[in-house]
Amino acid sequence: MADNVTPRIRVPREAAAGEVIEIKTLISHQMESGQRRDGDGNIIPRSIINRFVCEFNGETVIDVTLEPAISTNPYFEFTATVPESGTFTFTWYDDDGSVYTDTKEITVS
Amino acid sequence: MRKVLQRTVAAMALGSIASIAMAQDDGADLVINGEIEITVRAPAPAHMSDTGIDTILSGWVFRSDETRQLEMDDFDNPAFLAVDRGIEAWNTVEGTEGKSCATCHGDVEESMAGVRAVYPRWNEEAGEVRTLAGQINDCRTNQMGADAYAYDKSDMTAMEALISVQSRGMPVNVAIEGPVAETWAQGQELYYTRFGQLELSCANCHEQNYGNYIRADHLSQGQINGFPTYRLKNAGLVQTHNRFRGCIRDTRAETFAVGSPEFVALELYVASRGNGLSVEGPSVRP
Amino acid sequence: MTFNRRQALVMSMGAAAAAVLPLRLSAAIEDNIAAFTGGAEIGEGGITLTAPEIAENGNTVPVSVSAPGATAIMILAAGNPTPAVGIFHFGPLAGAQSASTRIRLAGTQDVIAIAQMPDGSFVQASQEVKVTIGGCGG
Repeated sequence: MADNVTPRIRVPREAAAGEVIEIKTLISHQMESGQRRDGDGNIIPRSIINRFVCEFNGETVIDVTLEPAISTNPYFEFTATVPESGTFTFTWYDDDGSVYTDTKEITVS
Repeated sequence: MRKVLQRTVAAMALGSIASIAMAQDDGADLVINGEIEITVRAPAPAHMSDTGIDTILSGWVFRSDETRQLEMDDFDNPAFLAVDRGIEAWNTVEGTEGKSCATCHGDVEESMAGVRAVYPRWNEEAGEVRTLAGQINDCRTNQMGADAYAYDKSDMTAMEALISVQSRGMPVNVAIEGPVAETWAQGQELYYTRFGQLELSCANCHEQNYGNYIRADHLSQGQINGFPTYRLKNAGLVQTHNRFRGCIRDTRAETFAVGSPEFVALELYVASRGNGLSVEGPSVRP
Repeated sequence: MTFNRRQALVMSMGAAAAAVLPLRLSAAIEDNIAAFTGGAEIGEGGITLTAPEIAENGNTVPVSVSAPGATAIMILAAGNPTPAVGIFHFGPLAGAQSASTRIRLAGTQDVIAIAQMPDGSFVQASQEVKVTIGGCGG
């Protein structure tokens, strides 16, 4: 599932110190539940993103445990407090060991 | 006798729910990203004067608040994962001629603005009606020397979605006269042909019973201005002909193939029933 | 309408499974809850769960949870083959202890959210979501 996995992330470019901002993330992933069968009646093995973490300058904003009941193309919306200028790091952990990472900068004026 | 019985069964399937009051259009407006105004209801085009429909309605109107909201912000609309892939494909050189889409067409935002609104359309050189998917594949095989995309698979729907986005908010305006007239008439005939064991035509559900429920499904007018559409059921983009095929299969009929002359004609006719609505694709539907 | 032996057998097995299933499911839910709460009592209030009353398709159902001050919120789908949906752990830089996602529901069922508060207590909220099973494929 390591192919075709691309994240979309929305973070404001600027914020005031201590402001609470909204973050949205979406990543393309089948989230194969392990409950489905293929045309020959065999179970299609589970293959999901099982964890998503958002950090800002190394400190945790949110750490999510995902189960197969999360929809295809996992979507999360949450908020973060921004104390200073810095970098958001977004990390998705795949069952197959793949790790997808992206970053967004924000400037505090 | 057998035929009469089948008709009765089909009529019951629709009739039993026809008694439920037609769910009214609540008048909500669709504005995408707070700036792109989408016309979701418009006066029916003149050629529909005999249909009993005076206002054409986008499928968006028939959806629940939650589904509607998924389309009101491009970030909430999962189809934009495909649009991103489409942008990548647009700029990727493929085939024996060493070209990408961008080689000939440049910036997609400029060159493709308004394109989706007029397809399917007549291609003079080829002497045929061409869908957008057909044109994309013509470019790939004849201009790029690349393999054609599978007609209704994800590479095609991603490219269709990317091209469609450039026309969002513009009125659908497909030509129905001149060289396309014959194909259009063929499409119209298909629209009113009853298919399958249930003997249902497109019109039975989408002209005579839109707004009613067929079991748990809220029937729309079957407009295709929002295609390709991200279906929650498929968790992916669905191509127009794929939807046609599903509908005909649901009547328990052998269906036409995606990209077939029958579906090209039907697409032209159905698209023309949306003349005046905005291009809305890639939309979100359940 | 008549059934042959095999059809009748299959149907009776189905009925037996249907009779047993709810017990198994609730045990699975209890296991999930116990793993999260450690068996602590669960109160009410201080947590909001927002989900549609009717979902047009069970594949993608938007849900939001909010519990001001919580350290974590777990979501369960009581009627799914496996009820666990996910757990949000909020870090020190979370702007609010709230989050939204999209989940799969196998049918009409209760969605449950349980929040762990910093004092070690737990609160929960639940809501039934009706999932319409459409007949029109595509």
